[in-house]
Amino acid sequence: MSATDISTSAAPAVHTGRPWQRDLIGIAVILLAAIGGYFLFPDNLALLTRIIAIMLLVLSLDLVTGYCGVATLGHAALFGAGAYAAGIAAVTFGITEPLSMIGIGAIAGAVAGLVSGVVILRGHGLAQLVLSIAVIHLFHEAANKASTYTGGSDGLSGIAPDPLFGLFEFDLWGRTAYAFGIVLLVLVFVLLRILVRSPFGMLCRGIRQDPIRVSAMGASVKASLIKMYVISGAVAGIGGALNAVSTQVVGLDSLSFTNSAEALVMLVLGGAGSLYGAFVGTIVFMWFEHVVSAANPFHWLTIVGALLITVVLFAPKGLYGTAANLAKRFARSRP
Amino acid sequence: MSAIFEVERLKKSFGGLDVTKDVSLSMARGDRLALIGPNGAGKTTFVNLVTGHLQPSSGRVLMDGEDISRFNPMRRVRAGLVRSFQVTRLFSEMTPEEHVALAILQREGKSGRMAENFHAMPQVMREMRGILETLNLGALATVPVGEIAYGQQRLLEIALAMALRPKVLLLDEPAAGVPHSDTFLIENALAQLPDDLAVLMIEHDMDLVFRFAKRVVVLAAGEIIFDGSPRDVTEDARVREAYLGSYAHAGSAA
Repeated sequence: MSATDISTSAAPAVHTGRPWQRDLIGIAVILLAAIGGYFLFPDNLALLTRIIAIMLLVLSLDLVTGYCGVATLGHAALFGAGAYAAGIAAVTFGITEPLSMIGIGAIAGAVAGLVSGVVILRGHGLAQLVLSIAVIHLFHEAANKASTYTGGSDGLSGIAPDPLFGLFEFDLWGRTAYAFGIVLLVLVFVLLRILVRSPFGMLCRGIRQDPIRVSAMGASVKASLIKMYVISGAVAGIGGALNAVSTQVVGLDSLSFTNSAEALVMLVLGGAGSLYGAFVGTIVFMWFEHVVSAANPFHWLTIVGALLITVVLFAPKGLYGTAANLAKRFARSRP
Repeated sequence: MSAIFEVERLKKSFGGLDVTKDVSLSMARGDRLALIGPNGAGKTTFVNLVTGHLQPSSGRVLMDGEDISRFNPMRRVRAGLVRSFQVTRLFSEMTPEEHVALAILQREGKSGRMAENFHAMPQVMREMRGILETLNLGALATVPVGEIAYGQQRLLEIALAMALRPKVLLLDEPAAGVPHSDTFLIENALAQLPDDLAVLMIEHDMDLVFRFAKRVVVLAAGEIIFDGSPRDVTEDARVREAYLGSYAHAGSAA
């Protein structure tokens, strides 16, 4: 078949839909799920808030891994930096206004993103992965040694955020923290939707698929990736700060290799390269962990492992990615 | 007419092996030059030296009189020296529309923008559509590149080069991998390139070379052995020898 034949026979212009409409639906789904979570699990709001914080970490990881193709097992460094910065600001410097704490977390996350981006992006492939592991261990050790500020292995406690806007006390049931988390999540989601659809977002997707082509267009691959790392850091930092505000403690585990690896697992589970995939992966993984670990505290990790193997083998694009593909194929097969 | 692109005494050796020996070349605006040569002549090395992917042992590359020898590949592109690839390098999950828009945005220095979408930029959309229509890719504008035929991917490579509006375009075997019956599509696309653009094409398909090029340069064993019109190249004794070795004279002997 010649090339001309194909141009005439290929289905012209697959319907792309109106992107803003889809985003509004996305926001509506998030809000509905949030309200549903509130009424269905009123005793588990702390867990739900933790899921939101981790979602921000996974979203942030999605930016560098899913959109830019950077392999990293050290992304919790950005989350932990945000958490510790917010915590230290509150405990040592007396900045207990929650919005300021989130802002400080975002800045610290962005700085940590810059630092780890500069280090990690020096390598490619396996070297990159090893560098990222080195980064997370260094961050972990730094927090461990600076115990005057971080509380070391005891964790940083005594974080007492002020009421939100001076009105809403962070209550024992975690209602305020939960609502605060949802609002932050929706805000970040909207900004990231704009980002991934922007020329810069398109450039980053190009970098993932063929960095040599991108540089042959005259764009700087390295500078773009570092820029994305800084943005990613701010997002993870917000997640960390939210965790500090809601739990009022920061532990070394927030800066751990395990936290990084789990975030990657959640992303792969949900589907890298899509913001919705990050949501789905986090919820499924954390909810699964919560339920299964309660049912069988000894073997829950085995079950999580089995789930992961199933998804990677049979749905390599992740839960959301695979579902989206199926839906697209279904839509196309209809006249 | 002054030269837009000059290569001065370019040399490259790997260890003791000289792959490029003293190559000098100059092109004026609107030149259509074909660089040919037998396998292993150093054509790809030449392209890599010129685009900055390899550092020459000595020699200079000039664009519009400016020495770009010390520029990295990215800055050379920004200076107006654009290349296409022998094997297509495209973003398989992205559509032709996105490819061309990205190239236009990059050229205009807008590829770092973090808000807006190119669909909402009328100028970008107009130019993008124009380029895709010129190359008959309009119907495929929103199909992921991984799903379109190889011949059309080759056309998209040319579309990207057009969108970047270079001063000098290096085409590395634009018809490679395209069935012979479809070479005319590539040829038509090349005919759409702006008249004042200097084009250097590396190609093995001699029909394409003779129809496209106004000037032919033959590279053999790292040296330029011929620089002249397509009409004369087949008659040149050194060229015949480079391609055919001792068989070059077999015809006359027999």
